Amino acid sequence: MGMTVAEKILARASGLASVKAGDVVEPKVDLAMSHENAALVVNQFLEVYQGTPLPPNIWDPSKVSIIFDHRIPAESAKTATNQKKVREFVEAQGIGKFHDIRGDVGGICHQILPENGYVRPGFVVVGTDSHTTSHGALGAFAFGIGATEMASVWALGTSLNVEVPPTIKVNVKGRFKKFVGPKDLILHLIGRISAQGANFKVIEFHGQTIRSMSTSGRLVICNMSVEAGATAGIVPADKETIRYLREEAGVKGKIEVVLPDRDAVYEQVIDLDVTKLDPQIACPHTVDNVKPVAALKGTRVHQVVIGSCTNGRLDDLAIAASIMKGKKVAENTRMLVFPASGRIYTQALAKGYIGIFMKAGAVVMNPGCGPCLGIHEGALGDGETALSTTNRNFKGRMGNPNSQVFLCSPAVAAASALKGFITSPRKGAN
Amino acid sequence: MAKVVIKLGDDISTDVIYPGRYMATVLPTETPQYAFADLTEFNSKLRAKQIPPGSIMIGGKNFGCGSSREQAVSALKGHDLVIIAPGFARIFLQNCINLGLRIVVCPDIQASETDEIEITGTEVVNVTTGKRFQISPLPKARQAIIDAGGLVAYTRKRLLEKRTA
Ligand code: SF4
Repeated sequence: MGMTVAEKILARASGLASVKAGDVVEPKVDLAMSHENAALVVNQFLEVYQGTPLPPNIWDPSKVSIIFDHRIPAESAKTATNQKKVREFVEAQGIGKFHDIRGDVGGICHQILPENGYVRPGFVVVGTDSHTTSHGALGAFAFGIGATEMASVWALGTSLNVEVPPTIKVNVKGRFKKFVGPKDLILHLIGRISAQGANFKVIEFHGQTIRSMSTSGRLVICNMSVEAGATAGIVPADKETIRYLREEAGVKGKIEVVLPDRDAVYEQVIDLDVTKLDPQIACPHTVDNVKPVAALKGTRVHQVVIGSCTNGRLDDLAIAASIMKGKKVAENTRMLVFPASGRIYTQALAKGYIGIFMKAGAVVMNPGCGPCLGIHEGALGDGETALSTTNRNFKGRMGNPNSQVFLCSPAVAAASALKGFITSPRKGAN
Repeated sequence: MAKVVIKLGDDISTDVIYPGRYMATVLPTETPQYAFADLTEFNSKLRAKQIPPGSIMIGGKNFGCGSSREQAVSALKGHDLVIIAPGFARIFLQNCINLGLRIVVCPDIQASETDEIEITGTEVVNVTTGKRFQISPLPKARQAIIDAGGLVAYTRKRLLEKRTA
């Protein structure tokens, strides 16, 4: 019987000729990523070794990545002390892929892994972050786990008791209209199948629209697959994947592409045509509460946010800058921009995007998670509304349970920032 | 038998269970104070220890969706709550098993606050209304972790086996 991409990857990593949905396997892990919550992983890891004669050594420090992004620079003494403890642990264990708070090589974990070539097609990637699904954009099987599970991976090098998930195949055809793109596609899909529509399943993306999409766009759709509950989102690797890894991520070694079998068994097949798709908005307080932008036109926004692991890459900043060039952010509206990594920040500077944002009156913040999760920057006031290119609009997500967050693409965010209310970037299409 | 102390809707996210702004607090001994921090009344009752251990929380569909933060589980575990819901998000469910937080998947559950609940091996019995609801068993693969008393103990066991193998 044919296998899906997820089944093939899990079979190889578990040393089996084949697996099928529902089988229980223990795959070897190729990359194990954590961010600040490594502080908890370290605690649980040391606990595992308590009372044993074994020294607490990570199974393979070269396969572990730790990236500070959620609260950088540290907002409190407590965070700073946690970060310090993790740094000491990184040093003691010789962890290879560590990215500290830096302007050159720092950034959001889900951007740092791809841009440094840490993820390859066919890899099993685990991360103590739900948006680890992002890395399926490179043809890997990547899923989020909790801190204790990561401690177990650090100790054993395998992920225990993984049930092979069934796969939903999504075929996408058609060309996007101007100012419509991957974010609108994934919001539309989540609205259609619901926030739990892919719970415990994998979404495998196919079709001409996906084949002609850049890796940056694929990262958007895989990133947000988890908002439909998916264990993983996967774009089977192709020429574009290899181009990205060689040219942008500087990968030299062998790249092995894993493709689904022709007779792979899918639990469900969904066909989408993006030809007529309009810009989409996810309304409070669930990501599947999706409407076309026209339905929200005129909704007053107090804060517009462009950035995050979803839409903080160079193409996102480029489209926003093209809309905002020479214009001003509306009065009584705040605009925050946070590029996904130091590398992207530097590129955006060279291209002049940062200057355009600053002149328009936006505040450009340091790369990191920033306002996305409402911890230490960009919190909302009571009764305020944000329009954001991030991936979650749950109650309280931007630091205040008495506020509202709407999600959209960078183009919609930029156009709306100029007006101070939600609007379409498409002229006459409002 | 235990009482339902709170009933929540669908898609309760980990941002609601354990708001992001408390994420610098990581140790399971310290997280319980922030359980449902934004539901101030319920949070105060928890902190004042007015909710007896073993009390029941009724959730809706897709309980625990969103962030993988394990604090959302250790915080509830610290109050020894039991969650009954029609369905749980994947990472949250796995975290519950890993940390030993008691959850019951019960697709048709109907219960209101203050109802008395009895959980048997296969059923949830709403003693107040007299109705009985089938439990969906947890994935078999998870049983070894539950039997070992959580993932820390299970991993320790596996490590020691590996060493002697
Ligand atoms: S940018 Fe937001 S969604 Fe992405 S990793 Fe950071 S907190 Fe999570």
